[in-house]
Amino acid sequence: MTDTDLVQNVPLTGIAEKVGARLSRRHAAERRFRAYGIASVAMAVVFLAVLLTSIIGKGYSAFYQHEVQITVALDPAVIDPDGKRDHHALEVGDYRTLVRNAMVSMFPEVADNRHERRELMDLVSEGAEELLRDKVLANPALIGSTQTLWVPVTADVDQLLKGHMSRDPARGGQFSERQLGWIDSLTTHGLLKSHFNTWLWTQGDSRQPELAGLLGAMVGSFYSLVVTLLLSFPLGVATAIYLEEFAPQNRWTDLIEVNINNLAAVPSIVFGLLGLEMFLNVFHLPRSAPLVGGLALTLVSLPTIIIASRVALKAVPPWIREAALGLGASRWQMVVHHVLPLAMPGVLTGTIIGMARAVGETAPLLMIGMVAFIVDIPATPLDPATALPVQVYLWAASPERAFVERTSAAIIVLLLFLGVMNAGAIYLRKKFERRW
Amino acid sequence: MQVLVLLLVLLILSIVGFRLGRGRAVRVAGSKPGTLHSLPDYYGYYVALWCGLPALALIVLWLSLDGTLLQMLVERALPVQTQALPASQLALVMNEVRNLAQSGMFSQASSPAIAKAAIQFNNLHAISFAAMAALALSLCVAGGLLGLRIIHPKLRARNQVETVVKLFLIASSTAAIFTTIGIVLSLLFESLRFFSMIPITNFLFGLDWSPQMAMRADQVGASGAFGAVPLFTGTLLISVIAMLVATPIGLMSAIYMAEYAHPKFRAVAKPLLEVLAGIPTVVYGFFAVLTVAPFLRELGDILHIDIASESALATGVVMGIMIIPFISSLSDDVLTAVPDSLRQGAYGLGATRSETIKQVVMPAALPGIVGGLLLAVSRAIGETMIVVMAAGLSARLTANPFEAVTTVTVQIVTLLVGDQEFDSPKTLSAFALGLVLFVVTLILNVVALHVVRKYREKYD
Repeated sequence: MTDTDLVQNVPLTGIAEKVGARLSRRHAAERRFRAYGIASVAMAVVFLAVLLTSIIGKGYSAFYQHEVQITVALDPAVIDPDGKRDHHALEVGDYRTLVRNAMVSMFPEVADNRHERRELMDLVSEGAEELLRDKVLANPALIGSTQTLWVPVTADVDQLLKGHMSRDPARGGQFSERQLGWIDSLTTHGLLKSHFNTWLWTQGDSRQPELAGLLGAMVGSFYSLVVTLLLSFPLGVATAIYLEEFAPQNRWTDLIEVNINNLAAVPSIVFGLLGLEMFLNVFHLPRSAPLVGGLALTLVSLPTIIIASRVALKAVPPWIREAALGLGASRWQMVVHHVLPLAMPGVLTGTIIGMARAVGETAPLLMIGMVAFIVDIPATPLDPATALPVQVYLWAASPERAFVERTSAAIIVLLLFLGVMNAGAIYLRKKFERRW
Repeated sequence: MQVLVLLLVLLILSIVGFRLGRGRAVRVAGSKPGTLHSLPDYYGYYVALWCGLPALALIVLWLSLDGTLLQMLVERALPVQTQALPASQLALVMNEVRNLAQSGMFSQASSPAIAKAAIQFNNLHAISFAAMAALALSLCVAGGLLGLRIIHPKLRARNQVETVVKLFLIASSTAAIFTTIGIVLSLLFESLRFFSMIPITNFLFGLDWSPQMAMRADQVGASGAFGAVPLFTGTLLISVIAMLVATPIGLMSAIYMAEYAHPKFRAVAKPLLEVLAGIPTVVYGFFAVLTVAPFLRELGDILHIDIASESALATGVVMGIMIIPFISSLSDDVLTAVPDSLRQGAYGLGATRSETIKQVVMPAALPGIVGGLLLAVSRAIGETMIVVMAAGLSARLTANPFEAVTTVTVQIVTLLVGDQEFDSPKTLSAFALGLVLFVVTLILNVVALHVVRKYREKYD
């Protein structure tokens, strides 16, 4: 009896099929598992796409705005009845009447109907008066002349023309038949057009959506960031240098490390509570000031900068240090002349990423009062201000429909800033990255 | 602003000191520069430090004391009956004085005495600043002259400068510790005041949360109710929903990226996930309100489920989306740290890739992944903007994800945005909530970091 006979005598037929069937089940499981993986990544990407498209889709239209062309007779009797032309009198002049006269001159049929005149004035923004006043204040010689200028329409008209509002009053439309008629006639005569929205870039906050701008928030964010950068960069780099190059391995160093790692994970609102209690209640720093905001944001960005700088310092090979010390450099000279310059790209990348975190951070700023309604552009870091993300929060909470569009636009601006900062970080990393 | 100018002047004087010190060192060495102990620059830094440091120390000390001193002086100048007021009312009066002094609109004072005090406050402030500036500048010049006199070829300038620098480094590194101490102190201080008004057991175990204080003592609910349990359950509900969304998606995408994906796919997909991580939370909040909540409501209408517009579900889902990249990048790190020899061994025994992952790689990576998940939970609990914008305000004790719930962070924000009264339990309760939040996240973080670190050491 040979071996092959032995094998053939055992009933093998079932096993081969069983193994085959199990193998195909196992392979199916393998394919399923793989599909789950792909589906997960795809889902994350889809979420990102939905988020971006919904915000860009809602927000891009805020970058242009409808304006109406009016021809205003700058009647001296209305602006400056006393005829003295002094600054204060010009400031409080009755520009509303001028705008009304200009509007009525386009639709003479409403001249003596109070109700219809009010309806007509509902089309043009209060910004028209501001524009006129600024124009007159800048050049009082214009009084008496007739000026033609583009002024913003109210946010509701703007929303209607952008198609965000129905013409039908039953479906949320805000306008009467008569008003719709005026709007159409202005549009067909080319007197009502959409222009690039300069208000968004040159104004502070406003209760009127068509006049609300981001400049105040951007300046506030800028001041906060400058304070954050001035504090967190030196502190962060010094801490990293100490921990990597000088610190002995002992309990104290361990304590510092545990603290840094923990601060990186503390909810940012807690930093806001610290800022409220320490900076405002104990040190009596001004409320709502970018200076205090910057201090709070320093705490947010500091752990990121320290951790990134340490990684960058660690990546510099030890033989650089040994060579410097061997040539007679002191430890400090070794760090400043050799290690730090080589680690600088990594340190800067970490700093930019830390700053990007600070730019988008909102919660701590709410705690220290940077949520006030502030029209003026802050002139110094001690003036009350808001910041870009806080402006997003404020506008998102506003009931007016036009603020939805503005909020999305503010988010687009915020994301653009973040994109530029992160692109800078990536560029630095790619350009100066060095493999040893 | 004035202080900034003063600091700038000090900086300029220090730079002058540097030039003078360097020049003097070169001159002292004369024809034999080799006799100098340190490079000439170090003598310059030495003099600059003498110029700047004492003056800077004086300014810091002065500014930290001058507020309290001024306050004492101004308080003494107030009418006797005002001085006799209880401390909390006196603080209000002083606040008005300070605000008045800052705005300069003395005509709006509530009483002539306060206007007088404000004017005096401003005068004293100006005198104090002038005195400080004069002292600091003379200290700067005197220090510089002293430093210049000390310069001598044998002076160990480099060692001394480096000692100062090292002290600066050590001081910087303690910033993290001081921040933690500052957080603990400020939260604890206000929380203790809160617990002296509301018993801590009522706060931690009470089932009713309505912090609104009535205007009159005899109204209904005059004392407010500070039972925080509904806030804790609300936070928990939203966090659980967030983790239910984020864990499978985050973990599976990490597995796919670490174990399966072609490097080219990884190079595209990983940055996309990082973009998701870089989006500010306020944007997620707006997204929840604008897109997700209405979508879920309509879905609920179709399925005949009543979903509130501020439902925990919408908030939790969006928070989950925010956490996905966090989980996936942490898990990705952990998975790639698992040594390849384990995988090769499993393949050698005939396991398929998914079997290897499920039965070999995952068990090996489990501690690290659990650590990452704990960090993610801590993030979800502490997340503020999404819930402030998308979750409700009313504290409901419910586990129904379709209802609106409120969270700890939402309440902190609503209690502290707007008018604050640091003697009413309403404002102080925010700090007690903050303390709870800090302690819980601290425990989660410490445990998670410990687990992750332990795990890393295992395979390093």
